[in-house]
Amino acid sequence: MIPATFDYLEVDSADAALAALAEHGDEAKLMAGGHSLIPLMKFRLATPAVVVDIGRISELSYIDDSGGHIAIGALTRHRALETSDLVKAQAPILAHVAGQVGDPAVRHRGTLGGSLAHGDPASDLPAALLALGGSVVVRGPSGEREIAASDFFTGFLETALAPDELMTEVRIPKVPNAKWSYQKFNRRAQDWAIVGVAAVLNGESRVALVNMGATPIQAGAVEAALAAGASIDEASAKAAEGTSPPEDLNGDAEYRAHLAQVLVKRALTEAS
Amino acid sequence: MTVVGTRKLRKEDPKLLTGEGKYVDDIHVPGELWMGMVRSTMAHARITGVDTSAAAAMDGVHAVYTGTELSEMGLWAAPLPCAWPVTEDMVNPPHYPAATDEAHHVGEIIAVVLADSRYGAADAAEEVVVDYEPLKAVASVAQARDGADTAHSEHSTNKAYTWALIPDPEALDSAFANAVHTVEADFVQQRLIPTAMEPRGVLAIPSPAGGEITLYSATQVPHILKVMIAATTGLPESKLRIIAPAVGGGFGAKLNVNPDELLAVTLANKLGRAVRWTETRSEAAFSTHQGRGQLQKIELAADSEGKLQGVRVHLDADMGAYMMLITPGVPLLGSFLYTGVYDVPAFGFTCDGYFTNLTPTDAYRGAGRPEASYAIERAMDLLANKIGVAPEEIRRRNYLAGGREFENLETASTLVFDSGNYTPNLDAALEMADMNALRAEQTRRREAGETKHLGIGLCTYVEICGLAPSRALAGLNYGAGGWEHAVVRFLPTGKVEVVSGSTPHGQGHETSWSMIVADKLGIDPDDVTVLHSDTAISPLGLDTYGSRSLSVGGVAIAMACDKVVDKAREIAAHQMEANPDDLDFAAGSFTVKGSPDKTLPIQAVAFGAFTAHNLPDGMEPNLQEQVSFDPPNFAFPFGTHVAVVEVDEDTGGVELIDYIAIDDCGTQVNPLIVEGQVHGGIVQGVAQALWEEASYDSDGNCRNPSLLDYLVPSAMEVPFMKLGSTVTPSTSNPLGVKGVGEAGTIGSAAAVINAVCDALRPYGIDDIEMPATPARVWRMIQAAKAAQNGEG
Ligand SMILES: Cc1cc2nc3c(=O)[nH]c(=O)nc-3n(C[C@H](O)[C@H](O)[C@H](O)COP(=O)(O)OP(=O)(O)OC[C@H]3O[C@@H](n4cnc5c(N)ncnc54)[C@H](O)[C@@H]3O)c2cc1C
Repeated sequence: MIPATFDYLEVDSADAALAALAEHGDEAKLMAGGHSLIPLMKFRLATPAVVVDIGRISELSYIDDSGGHIAIGALTRHRALETSDLVKAQAPILAHVAGQVGDPAVRHRGTLGGSLAHGDPASDLPAALLALGGSVVVRGPSGEREIAASDFFTGFLETALAPDELMTEVRIPKVPNAKWSYQKFNRRAQDWAIVGVAAVLNGESRVALVNMGATPIQAGAVEAALAAGASIDEASAKAAEGTSPPEDLNGDAEYRAHLAQVLVKRALTEAS
Repeated sequence: MTVVGTRKLRKEDPKLLTGEGKYVDDIHVPGELWMGMVRSTMAHARITGVDTSAAAAMDGVHAVYTGTELSEMGLWAAPLPCAWPVTEDMVNPPHYPAATDEAHHVGEIIAVVLADSRYGAADAAEEVVVDYEPLKAVASVAQARDGADTAHSEHSTNKAYTWALIPDPEALDSAFANAVHTVEADFVQQRLIPTAMEPRGVLAIPSPAGGEITLYSATQVPHILKVMIAATTGLPESKLRIIAPAVGGGFGAKLNVNPDELLAVTLANKLGRAVRWTETRSEAAFSTHQGRGQLQKIELAADSEGKLQGVRVHLDADMGAYMMLITPGVPLLGSFLYTGVYDVPAFGFTCDGYFTNLTPTDAYRGAGRPEASYAIERAMDLLANKIGVAPEEIRRRNYLAGGREFENLETASTLVFDSGNYTPNLDAALEMADMNALRAEQTRRREAGETKHLGIGLCTYVEICGLAPSRALAGLNYGAGGWEHAVVRFLPTGKVEVVSGSTPHGQGHETSWSMIVADKLGIDPDDVTVLHSDTAISPLGLDTYGSRSLSVGGVAIAMACDKVVDKAREIAAHQMEANPDDLDFAAGSFTVKGSPDKTLPIQAVAFGAFTAHNLPDGMEPNLQEQVSFDPPNFAFPFGTHVAVVEVDEDTGGVELIDYIAIDDCGTQVNPLIVEGQVHGGIVQGVAQALWEEASYDSDGNCRNPSLLDYLVPSAMEVPFMKLGSTVTPSTSNPLGVKGVGEAGTIGSAAAVINAVCDALRPYGIDDIEMPATPARVWRMIQAAKAAQNGEG
């Protein structure tokens, strides 16, 4: 399909990106890898007047050891996460999940920041962030703020990011000894999950669900049950509690609720 | 050394793989205008107004025409063609490139924008305002059959035709009356969206002074297109030149005569400017015909041993909104194959075609034959279950000629099968699959109560290809012949040019034809150039579809080579002062029998034919021959496919874990190309079984027109396939070849669904609708478990 007319602006620094946002306001849309934004534009579901291309801001592409956590630039590509020794050692689930996104072409272009900022409930990386209990750092006209993953996803394709803010960094706690599992169920290798489950067991248990509601969500009932000492069977039976799964050609809500239980059980079993 | 039979790499690949191949969208001319289509957003509606003023006023917009304006411009001499009126009384509603007062499917063209750029054309098309008065949409073939609403408001019924093939009705009735076992099954052949790598596209270039028009089109059928454009527009055929440049796949979806092609030609002619259009991927779901779309009922009558006594089939076939080039004939192409590879004394087939408010259907890889082999091969498994024998055993008991080699055998469906030898082919597949080990593993899993069930599915197909015999096509009311044309010429320097009437779009004609010529003329295949796909270079041809290129067009080339050698022999004899009958021709040289030192290479003869200094009296100069070959019969390839699946009872997920195929396409020219065709064909059939379905809501909107939701598999979804072959030469042509372009698709959907059902047998599940999605499989397991618990 063919997108509507737009102006294209390439910026090479975070400051320039913020300035462009300040200038064009609601009319502007940031583009990182473009792998979520461009499809929306081609369907004319998004019709920004100005596309601000932040894809080449090299200062926002890094994976650093910051002592207590790993600091990842928002423009880090999925492929860089997948292959990073630091991520593999300190938060292996993140490297693994990055390797489950789409196909190699997608992973070489898509960015961590873009995937989180897009806030698609069917995406893989938001679930990893939730299960890891990470946070994101955003910058706007009034400075910088850090938002916990659990506060970040606010509605369908909506996040706590304001239109004039830029995500600059993602912070991931180091969990080298955590037990973890990622279960992605789809029909073709390159597809989004019909349902997915990310589990990180590190003293406390965090379980996040893919495609089980309007936003990436945590399986609160499962986490509570595990905290209260429930068995895997008992906990996974609660996988769909409090969720509102979508219905599409891949399955109705009932099927997704069932899949969530199966996959939570598999995740917990694999991680334990 | 013979070249035929070797795994020669494809000549055309370096060009295609390095981007040197030029597709329609790569070709540009100055001053070209882009068409942007305003398409109906409603499946069925009266068009009460089309306001083009805003679009027409946009920068870069040259013109906007509504369907009504186009028809008033007098561009059409006739509606879009349907070349296969299957019955005398077939209903064929007039179909013009753009709708005037009623739209009959989502995506039907209502107006056309011409603009300076592709994006400008799309933007302007958005600005055209269409007023609709919605009418009730007929959104499925079942609704078309059973409901009160009609897809065309001037019609009183949706039925387009009834076609029957019941050679002996009494024998059929008595077969069922006397049957010990009967099987009755209903299957749904869901609609599929053909997805070639290259979407369709056109570029029409006028020459205002000369009145000629060159049309570049991503088509499989430049020759047919030329005739049909002349017939539908009234433009003289002699002024039309059609070129199919590099074409990135077709699978039948590029064998039509489409509204966009006619619009490009007529508007370019009218405006004196080049006009172009390239389909977007989502647009393709509406602007290109779709495949399948049938409800099937099949009944088997068998004796106590499971020996078939009769097969009865009824189809309700979804034509879509209009008859395209061969829409109504597609089910008929399958009709003769519902008895499969089996010896069936009595047979009956009926088909009702219905109009719906959906995109028209037409040929898609296999065209009618995958549907047929699916029905009979699924039904054979049901019969095997019923009488408690293995799937391979029921097949053995019923093979034509007892499974032994045969030639020219008449079948119950009235066709004469050219050749077959089914038992060795089956045995080879069972051995390659290691069937006993698979069954043992299946049993082990079942006994251990594992939740990943193994399923093994068999399909022993036969297909009918090489369309061809013109007389047989006449008997089916088909509007054209089935011959193919070839020219073979020596150039003065000893290189050879071949002009091919059949037009490649991915099959590797250049390679295969060079190999045939190399062996026939005793020259290097790299010294052969194959010209094709341009009606100015190759004026005669019937193009590529129905797995016909090799068994008709390739044979024509071989025969033209023989004529070249015959003429060369005359010349050589004259020059060597020998009797033509005393010359041997081998390895590219003539030798006089008994005096091996007297030789003359054919290149020297060719040069002599060019200079014409010393030719026999009365002989024309040059060494060039042509042949139009019309084979006496179709070719009937066959094979055995084995699919092995794992069904996860917890998720309903089906994974294809192994695939074995032993195909028999007669003599193979290039086994590497054969394997490539089989690989792709298999995956297309597996795709129907597991992934693909054009899904429509009750208003006739396609719910999955993009590749996000229309699940075309990639290499990641299929295992490494194990292929083998048996070779039973065809009797329909001197090369002994049969087609293989569609065989994979014809064998694979049934094999996969048979495997899924085999896996689910412990649940008492014996059928599942395609595609066998995880949700669908899971629901069936849930229902079966509930039923089992209810009983227990
Ligand atoms: C064929 C295909 C398959 C895919 N499969 C999967 C899959 O299996 N799983 C999966 O999770 N994803 C999948 N994706 C999505 C892919 O991972 C995207 O790349 C990702 O979701 C978005 O990243 P991006 O960098 O491309 O973002 P963009 O498309 O550039 O942007 C997405 C949104 O985020 C905003 N944005 C981007 N960066 C920032 C920033 N730094 N600050 C503020 N806002 C920002 C943009 O304005 C836009 O609204 C697939 C995509 C494709 C095309």
